[in-house]
Amino acid sequence: MSDTATPAIEGWFTTGPEPALIGSRCSTCGCVFFPRTEGFCRNPVCDGESFDDVELSRRGRIWSYTDAQYQPPPPYIAGDQWEPFALAAVELPEGLVVLGQVAHGYGVDDLKVGQEAELVVETLYSDDDGERTIWRWKPIP
Amino acid sequence: MTEQVAVLGVGMHPWGKWGKNFVTYGVHAARAALADAGIPWRDVDLIVGGETVRNGYAGYVAGATFAQALGWNGARVATSYAACATGAQALDTARSRILAGQSEVALVVGADTTPKGFLAPNAGERWDDPDWLRFRLLGMTNPAYFALYARRRMDLYGATSEDFAQVKVKNARHGLHNPNARYRKAVTAQDVLDSAVVSDPLHLLDICATSDGAAAVVLVSAEYARRLGAERPVRVAAISTVTPTFPNTVLDMPLLATEPSGVVGAPERTFKEGIAHAAYEEAGIGPEDVSLAEVYDLSTALELDWIEDLGLCKRGEAETLLRAGETTVGGRIPVNPSGGLACFGEAVPAQALAQVCEVTWQLRGGAEGRQVEDARVGITANQGLFGHGSSVLLTL
Repeated sequence: MSDTATPAIEGWFTTGPEPALIGSRCSTCGCVFFPRTEGFCRNPVCDGESFDDVELSRRGRIWSYTDAQYQPPPPYIAGDQWEPFALAAVELPEGLVVLGQVAHGYGVDDLKVGQEAELVVETLYSDDDGERTIWRWKPIP
Repeated sequence: MTEQVAVLGVGMHPWGKWGKNFVTYGVHAARAALADAGIPWRDVDLIVGGETVRNGYAGYVAGATFAQALGWNGARVATSYAACATGAQALDTARSRILAGQSEVALVVGADTTPKGFLAPNAGERWDDPDWLRFRLLGMTNPAYFALYARRRMDLYGATSEDFAQVKVKNARHGLHNPNARYRKAVTAQDVLDSAVVSDPLHLLDICATSDGAAAVVLVSAEYARRLGAERPVRVAAISTVTPTFPNTVLDMPLLATEPSGVVGAPERTFKEGIAHAAYEEAGIGPEDVSLAEVYDLSTALELDWIEDLGLCKRGEAETLLRAGETTVGGRIPVNPSGGLACFGEAVPAQALAQVCEVTWQLRGGAEGRQVEDARVGITANQGLFGHGSSVLLTL
């Protein structure tokens, strides 16, 4: 991943040595949502309308996992060389489960429900603007 | 309430890839259901269509489309969209009108023509649409979601790929003699295990296809059924189309995350448990009263989830039931006697109605080659995108 790499989607995660997903915390009830939200709180007993950006926990436990052995259809952007990749849903201490691809070099054999995983940022694809990055889950042995 | 609405006719167009317009299938199913009920189309006072948002603009696959095709008869018209639960919601609309005294004879129709391969989102860049983002950012297909649920069963309850394969073997056997099924061929566990892995642990034969098809149901008031001389018609005991309860903590297609339980705690029931619970509560019966179930086996493993969501066994025990042959026709609680989505493939706006057709045939004792003995109560269950799901309970 080069220094000029930019996120594949803006405002969803931080980069740097300790990257994190960016969620929205309702300033009325404290519920934390990801992806970010605005306008109204979805907690049915809360009429909150304002949110603060908050960095989500970088570590959680694997809720489940799988992989993609066939190339997904567009709008997925596959590189020149198709390579299967693993996917994991990770439960964070905030009480939400967040999907992500699994860090490069790890497959389903490296994963287990309940295992700890940590957020990393890696290259998803490259386009005319250079490398585009995405959050991924890296299993902790 | 359970005494007041009867299923007087059911009909289907066989599932498959026929390359025709969905209207053709819908009319075929509607005419079959009307013939089954012995009611001429001109006597129908309400038509409700199940709609899909895939084939062009939303109003296209609608009640009016079928009404026009059958020949305008001046009936009232309604249209439903509820993803995979579309047919059940359409049925609920018809039932409500009948219960309110605003209709005596309603025709409910769902039909679809589906594309090949993975279901992919609509074209164009849509950065605020989770259904687009899950493909763009993660390459997360529908089978990948099914695979997450399947893997949890393996790691938490000790399910095996062989168990999942046995669900397919069972459903293939059930569907062998079903004239409306698309796949009528015996399958061995080895066939499933030898098929390509799509998303680990699911093989190609663990995952349901997409199909063309249509189903239709004629609902009438109890009074109308009596006037027509129908003896012991199948009754609608409940139709549940509830939403999830916040926070929905089970990762739901096509979303990238669940809602947070950190502040308010997880609800008493998951979404799928809630769908079934509402049906039982409305009917005033419980899982112990059920003779058979038609559940949404988008994957083989998902059938096992549903068996538990419907309360037919305790959490984590569906494999035990399967291995003992209890979910096969002839067992204690046959599941998917029609052959399920494994033998049909999914035709979204028609599928929930197809489940109702099968339960109706079972309760009448007319499900040739797959009849559940002494069937008295049947339940259906499905879940689709965007917080939609349904369960229909039919009784004799």
